[in-house]
Amino acid sequence: MEGSLNAVGYGLAAIGPGVGIGLIFAAYISGVARQPEARSTLQGIALLGFALVEALALLGFVLFFL
Amino acid sequence: MTAWVRVEESEGFAPPDARAFDLPPLFDSVEWLTKPALQIVLSVVIISAFFLLTTRRISVVPGRLQFAAEGVYGFVRNTIARDIIGSHDFRAFLPLLLTLFTFIYVNNVFGVIPLIQFPTMSHIAFPVVLAMVVWVVFNYVGIKRKGFVVYFKGVMFPPGVPGWVYVLLAPIELVSTIIIRPLTMAVRLFANMFAGHMLILVFMLGAEYMLIEGGAVLKAISVVPFALGIGITFFELLIQFLQAYVFVLLTALYIAGAISEEH
Repeated sequence: MEGSLNAVGYGLAAIGPGVGIGLIFAAYISGVARQPEARSTLQGIALLGFALVEALALLGFVLFFL
Repeated sequence: MTAWVRVEESEGFAPPDARAFDLPPLFDSVEWLTKPALQIVLSVVIISAFFLLTTRRISVVPGRLQFAAEGVYGFVRNTIARDIIGSHDFRAFLPLLLTLFTFIYVNNVFGVIPLIQFPTMSHIAFPVVLAMVVWVVFNYVGIKRKGFVVYFKGVMFPPGVPGWVYVLLAPIELVSTIIIRPLTMAVRLFANMFAGHMLILVFMLGAEYMLIEGGAVLKAISVVPFALGIGITFFELLIQFLQAYVFVLLTALYIAGAISEEH
């Protein structure tokens, strides 16, 4: 079997951001469920958190190519 | 640089790697004029033309074009600058924030516009320069507003922490403000655009290979990666907006942190 350990490493590194994004959207959904009128406020915060956490996964993706 | 298994000699599928981003000069004689460099100039022309044309005959009741320009301006002004920096100080930073937002957004959207299809910010040099500009601005306004000593005291010694923690906290805060902030800003934008473009490449080149080289079954299945590639492209549109938004939002947050009084 041939291949690169980079791929395995990236798979492991993606676990953390995966959990993080899950937590962010879980909090967002339960927040909207409790207070539907707060949706527009929460949406911005959730997307900001999503972009910040997703950057960690993408860092791994970029290092994968180096 | 070879990350995937590359099958150089045999006729197997060779997935795209980082070399897909090394674009040659457009003309052999002009070394520096590559496609991203041309796109930077193009984006400046587009943005200038947009704002000049839409605000040339400005009226109280906006026309359709003026409404579009006011929408962009109002978005940056109200939801980013005023909410974060505060209604007292935000006016001075509006030109910087609006320029950053439109510049990054147009350059990101180049990634999905047909015939261009290359996000300028996937070359790290461009985000690095933008992050350096932001770094200079927020440190400069902080030092100018509070003075050198008070500014760095505010950076290194945030209030409300027991005294002994400062042994750990002060160096961490200093490094995070001076080094980590600009680094993460530049790398976040770069990595998002790089990864997005690479994802589209992987799907589209894979589907093309299946369609052209594969047998009857593979030809039929190639519909799936084509559809996924198109889906990813629309997802990229969201990411491109989000990254421009996040970059400007963080700029505003850093400026607000630098000029706020108590912290």
